[in-house]
Amino acid sequence: MAKKQYAFYPGCSSQKGASASNFLTSIKVMTEKLDIQLNEIPDWNCCGASIGYAEGGELPRLVLNARNLALTEQNMPGMDMVSGCPACWLSSRETAERLQEHSSLLAETNEALKEAGLNLKSHVRARHMTEVLIEDIGYAAMKAPVVRPLDGLKIAGYVGCQTNRPFGIAGESFENPMYLDKMIETVGAEATKYDQKGTCCGGALAFSEPEKSQKQIRDIVEAAYDSGADMIVTPCQLCQANVEIYQSEINKKQGTQFKMPVVYYTQLMSIAYGGSAADAGLNGQLIKAEKLEKIAGK
Amino acid sequence: MSDINSQAVARYKNNFLREVEERVEDGHWVKMCMQCGVCAGSCPFGPHWEHSPQKLFMMIRAGKREEVLKTDSMWMCTSCYNCIARCPRKLPITHIMHGLANYAYRLGLSPKGQPNQVIARIFWNNAIKHGRVNELTFSLAMYFKDGIGQGIKNSLAMQGVGLGLMKAKRLNPMEILGGHTCKDKSGIAKMLTKAREIEDRRRGLA
Ligand code: SF4
Ligand code: SF4
Repeated sequence: MAKKQYAFYPGCSSQKGASASNFLTSIKVMTEKLDIQLNEIPDWNCCGASIGYAEGGELPRLVLNARNLALTEQNMPGMDMVSGCPACWLSSRETAERLQEHSSLLAETNEALKEAGLNLKSHVRARHMTEVLIEDIGYAAMKAPVVRPLDGLKIAGYVGCQTNRPFGIAGESFENPMYLDKMIETVGAEATKYDQKGTCCGGALAFSEPEKSQKQIRDIVEAAYDSGADMIVTPCQLCQANVEIYQSEINKKQGTQFKMPVVYYTQLMSIAYGGSAADAGLNGQLIKAEKLEKIAGK
Repeated sequence: MSDINSQAVARYKNNFLREVEERVEDGHWVKMCMQCGVCAGSCPFGPHWEHSPQKLFMMIRAGKREEVLKTDSMWMCTSCYNCIARCPRKLPITHIMHGLANYAYRLGLSPKGQPNQVIARIFWNNAIKHGRVNELTFSLAMYFKDGIGQGIKNSLAMQGVGLGLMKAKRLNPMEILGGHTCKDKSGIAKMLTKAREIEDRRRGLA
């Protein structure tokens, strides 16, 4: 089968030595088995995330993202841009759509892009990795490479905010999306009844508003325990980092005994497809996902 | 009071709604709000918002300029997009919140030292300096935003986490020497300066 080609926008957090580097590790096995080829966008830059607004304003943020779209158009004509990071995806897609709708903004954007020797026609589609898996690959094909079903594993599917809103996955509801649960079941695990699927972890404000964010994170972890889950799985780099990292802080301050592993869906797929714990980047967990490691060792 | 603020006051007199429509990102949507209150119950940090988005929209229409621009409310926005998903009138509420915060900050009216404003500035400056975010210098800058003493306390408090991340190869101490960067840093800087110039001209802030 010919490989499906995409322009790949990894994003800052997935770089080597960064907080979500194990995400990048874990997609290798997955993309290989699913015949997906990710071609890294040359010299891509940061999306500015949602939090960049105070200093960034509107046009500079659009231009920052337009640069990545222009590099894609120029170097990988005809390919969709795909990102694994919800913030990168959201910023890119928002930019692509706003520039397609407003020709005056596109003209201003191009005036600025010229300074970097670039020009954007604005035909690129910005997509999220889960979107590509669900729409271009499909659940049946996602199931096909499973050689090591994750039998007996109970998982709380935590979608978070920006994978889900404002764009989300076509045909899914904002309040109770089912796709992550379906993906969990596709690899043989059980999705628990989890009522904090779309709860905000505090996002970038986990740094600047630790108390307020940790209240959110406490709800997210507690509900996972209540649902009987062995671990949380998420598509979001910031959710992963916040929900995993701050459990020890919450334990210290509030006397809880949280030790809930938080992994990416790509890590589940990597193990289910026959990858080792190292292939899945499981050595990158602060809270070890022991049950998943055990399955990987079989 | 900053010059651009007094100029804005002179220019728009008591028509704050028009000022917002012309100068705030997606501000032209404000008049579409029907005050249903759905967004008011949607913010994760809701109890900490002095004025909910719904109330801010009402205050804009009522011309409460100082109160709106000086509040720290919109700085509580986590960008969760709950409101956009739920608003029956399809207002891009998240963007309007970011836009109001940015406008207040540019006028010099936003609350000084508000932590989320500080983080937003540090993040942007870190990102554009190298084209990519350097997580180590970003975290250090965050911990030290309240000065050296508090910074050392904050860093010590999170030391366990930092060491854990380093061991897991998810935080690279060498990043302090530079870390990941884009090749065309000067092109990026030039295009962003230009973008700001164009936008300031359009918004009457230049
Ligand atoms: S949900 Fe929309 S219409 Fe309702 S109060 Fe909020 S902004 Fe206005
Ligand atoms: S995006 Fe901001 S304004 Fe909208 S619900 Fe979330 S916190 Fe509130």
